[in-house]
Amino acid sequence: MNQQFEYINPQSLDEAVKLAGQGSVYAGGTDLLGLMKNDIAHPQRLVNLKALPELKAVERQKGKGLRLGALVTLNELAENEMLQKDFPAISQAAGSAASPQLRNVGTLGGNLCQRPRCWYFRGDFDCLRKGGATCFAMDGENKYHCVVGGDGCYIVHPSDMAVALLALEAKLEIYGPGGQRLLPISHFYVLPEDDPTVETVLQPGEIITSVIVPEQPVGSRSVFVKFRERSAWDFAVVSVAAALQVQNGAISGGKIALGGVAPVPWLDKKLNNTLAGTALDENGINKIAASALTDAEPLEQNGYKVILARNMIKGVLQSLAG
Amino acid sequence: MITVSLTINKKEYTCEIDPQTTLLELLREHLGLTGTKRGCEIGECGACTVIMDGLTVNSCLVPAFQADGSDITTIEGIASNGKLHPVQEAFLEYDAVHCGFCTPGMVLSAVNLLDNNPQPSQEDIRRALAGNLCRCTGYQQIFDAVQAASKKMKSKR
Ligand SMILES: Cc1cc2nc3c(=O)[nH]c(=O)nc-3n(C[C@H](O)[C@H](O)[C@H](O)COP(=O)(O)OP(=O)(O)OC[C@H]3O[C@@H](n4cnc5c(N)ncnc54)[C@H](O)[C@@H]3O)c2cc1C
Ligand code: SF4
Ligand code: FES
Ligand code: FES
Repeated sequence: MNQQFEYINPQSLDEAVKLAGQGSVYAGGTDLLGLMKNDIAHPQRLVNLKALPELKAVERQKGKGLRLGALVTLNELAENEMLQKDFPAISQAAGSAASPQLRNVGTLGGNLCQRPRCWYFRGDFDCLRKGGATCFAMDGENKYHCVVGGDGCYIVHPSDMAVALLALEAKLEIYGPGGQRLLPISHFYVLPEDDPTVETVLQPGEIITSVIVPEQPVGSRSVFVKFRERSAWDFAVVSVAAALQVQNGAISGGKIALGGVAPVPWLDKKLNNTLAGTALDENGINKIAASALTDAEPLEQNGYKVILARNMIKGVLQSLAG
Repeated sequence: MITVSLTINKKEYTCEIDPQTTLLELLREHLGLTGTKRGCEIGECGACTVIMDGLTVNSCLVPAFQADGSDITTIEGIASNGKLHPVQEAFLEYDAVHCGFCTPGMVLSAVNLLDNNPQPSQEDIRRALAGNLCRCTGYQQIFDAVQAASKKMKSKR
């Protein structure tokens, strides 16, 4: 690496927060080092979270749900038998992200905070998200860009974990110079219309310490599916996570979240309003799928994503019905 | 300069290096262990795969400071007493090596798989090697070699 930086191993969370204000939090480094090598991030200081064991726990408390430490690796999430059994969307999302080597190192917190994969952003283009004046994807190569929620910038958020956690209505525990706050993941990501240069509301010095997943009601089922061009090691073209309660053959509650369609993990309003009360038969499933992405405005090369997302929703609902 | 102490292929090393040094650079440039290959350098190809504390990692994305105190196995540590590992033998036998650039990383991912799962299915093998790209073989010879190695290791046990 050509960049100069110092690195520090803080021994407490308070020390980490103090130091992180003037640097970058370093978890597994699988995204951050790539950004530094590509000359997109230039931290003067790396604050390594490695020595903070309190960020590495997976706990389940009766009534309170699940607490996943931010430093738990994707591989640990994928292999956890309790998650596979009771929160399959989490282990499925973790197990389908990146490659075995990256899952061994990449962490939950880092996955949620990774930067977008738009090839202009990662390449040598001074685009809007990097502080420049224009978006090169809008009239350029935009096969993998968003179909909804883009405004000036058309990225898709690359995190698979965020999509699963959004469907499960998770909250993020964030610790920073101003103390601790608990934020629903649905409020964590930032649309380009609000600020095209950041993806999250994290302030300098703030660290995600854990992810809290509420205990799901009895009869809930969750699932995460992902379509990608290569069957292993690839970002999602479109992903669907569902966490639904089914009673007497009809949906009684829960959410469906979409990945790969918007600059943030996406909770389609109309889709989610169509869920409760709809029967999981052919008619009901078609009705739900047709209610997804009705406000999409695809770019020149990515209209296929709308059809793909609707078909994937059908598949997910059929698997939950069967 | 920082000091990093680690075990590589059962030998202990203490190195004075720049904090910017990656584990890949430490291995290749400081220690002359050039069996580990440098490909994309951003986590995409797996040519730089080594085993760190029992897990495969992309050494291009591991800063050396993060490897302090760890136990590393590289391709140079896979054969023992001059005798090839069954995975290496099977790669030769099944023509799983063409240009050879992906081979060290492939072998480490395969050895690590068989250490943890001695009887993998084809699907297990594909999953375990998903982070290692090969531009030559089309992968089938590699999968066959790993399967054959697992059978051979079983019969020897
Ligand atoms: C080839 C490749 C393929 C990939 N494929 C996928 C995929 O299919 N799906 C997918 O979801 N991801 C994919 N990824 C992304 C990968 O999962 C992430 O790089 C990884 O999860 C990031 O975790 P990390 O711990 O290494 O983060 P780091 O690189 O350490 O950090 C990433 C960012 O998050 C910040 N950060 C880290 N932890 C915290 C915290 N606790 N609080 C606040 N900020 C924090 C860092 O400051 C940095 O800005 C891929 C990456 C690569 C290189
Ligand atoms: S989509 Fe966003 S990140 Fe990509 S070129 Fe346009 S502004 Fe930049
Ligand atoms: S060189 Fe490390 S993954 Fe390609
Ligand atoms: S043998 Fe050439 S890349 Fe695999």
